[in-house]
Amino acid sequence: MSTEGPEAGIVIIGGGHAGGSAAAFLRQYGYKGPLTLVGTEPLLPYQRPPLSKAWLKGEATAESLALRPARFYTQQNVETRLGVTATALDREAHSVTLSDGTTLPYTKLILALGSRARPLPLPGRDLGGVMELRTAADADRLQAALKPGARLAVVGGGFIGLEVAASAIALGATATVIEREARVLARVACPALSAFVQDYHRAKGVDVRLATGVEALEGAAGQVTGVRLADGGLVPCDLALIGVGALSNDALAQAAGLDCANGIVVDIAARTSDPDIYAVGDCTNRPLPMYGQMVRLESVPNAIEQAKQAAADITGRASPMPEIPWFWSDQFDLRLQMAGLPFGATQTVLRGVPDVAGFAIFHLGADNTVLAVEAINAPADFMAGRVLVAKQKQVAPALLADLSSDMKSLAA
Amino acid sequence: MPTITYIEFNGTSHSIEVENGLSVMEGAVNNNVPGIDADCGGSCACATCHVFVDDAWLARCGTPDTQEKSMLGFAATAQENSRLACQITVTDALDGLVVRMPEAQH
Repeated sequence: MSTEGPEAGIVIIGGGHAGGSAAAFLRQYGYKGPLTLVGTEPLLPYQRPPLSKAWLKGEATAESLALRPARFYTQQNVETRLGVTATALDREAHSVTLSDGTTLPYTKLILALGSRARPLPLPGRDLGGVMELRTAADADRLQAALKPGARLAVVGGGFIGLEVAASAIALGATATVIEREARVLARVACPALSAFVQDYHRAKGVDVRLATGVEALEGAAGQVTGVRLADGGLVPCDLALIGVGALSNDALAQAAGLDCANGIVVDIAARTSDPDIYAVGDCTNRPLPMYGQMVRLESVPNAIEQAKQAAADITGRASPMPEIPWFWSDQFDLRLQMAGLPFGATQTVLRGVPDVAGFAIFHLGADNTVLAVEAINAPADFMAGRVLVAKQKQVAPALLADLSSDMKSLAA
Repeated sequence: MPTITYIEFNGTSHSIEVENGLSVMEGAVNNNVPGIDADCGGSCACATCHVFVDDAWLARCGTPDTQEKSMLGFAATAQENSRLACQITVTDALDGLVVRMPEAQH
């Protein structure tokens, strides 16, 4: 090996939740060698979930948003290279080329490349006031535009769109959510939960348009003025947020010939098809052994779980226990918590009545195995559901639906 | 600054000065203390910062709210002295606090 340049060590490409966590776990697990974290954004790893909520509403600070304080990286001897992007990966030479022209050698590489907003090929998408929300910089632009009285149009009724709509109302703006499918959260929630959430948004003043296609973004003097609908209607707006899902940032891996299919394909230890390269977080397509499927999950818990898997494998520790996928979202005074995935579910059980006071929906297989739970303002039902899913417990639907059943004994 | 002692399940002890106003969870995460995951970043949504508070300190840590109680009720290995570390705010009154980690957070 060359004696020039920096000593090769572990390089993490991606400074989000997954990359930042991987650096922390490597040190926790005893890795003492050189460790470099490369991030495209100018910021140290921070939490993205508050961007659509507390951050937008001015209830968070840069310090509270940061995953860990700046001194953490010094104390843990993690070299950070921020504001630079990896442009090429040479697996043969074990090196990564960065956008500033430098090259970093690696012994092991962790790709934590994240995801990007799915582009919507609409006329007018380059108009001023047309936004997406992935980064703190995006959130700052959005916050600056969400003044009282501003008219927000959201294209896409997913988690991000609904969270921003709720924040917009709290900030005194108006919000219209335009969803192509017949219900909001169509890709991530069951119809009953979608129905409750969209009704709640309407009751709070959000104009929710379902089964509504979008034709174009219209503007004047370079600034967006409205969203033209497929039915010819117009939703006038001062700003438009596009939130129609995310795509894996797997271009670097694809170009280097790593196996990719809807994300970088990894195994249960976050290993890619190259033994010296790992991938973690949103950019991966990972196995979920419990469901016998490959899934691309976009969530903080997934990022942390895979960061642990990679760090454990690299340092020779036992693989961490597989976790149940889970998600959360805050909209108005609703807390949604979901655990498990309803693959193969044939039965839906409602516990409680759909109301802000709290209820849960359980999804069961034909043999009564609890596969997933969706809870609104029902943290105990969520936690019980998480335990039931993890234990692959079979529970009679009538027992789950009966509010007098003791969830603790059902989950025991 | 108050000193908080975090004791891992395997007995490894970490005594750390934590700034007033931070949570006990943040004190651990900011110093890379193993055993506190904090998936949700402190919004009481995940129960992955579960700790056992030494009895002498329990009252001084305040009373868990309904959300926290509900989450803790189903945390693996929960006991009478279980708390979510993200819901305990560090003050001078907690100087010397000792918390112990469960075997696992999931």
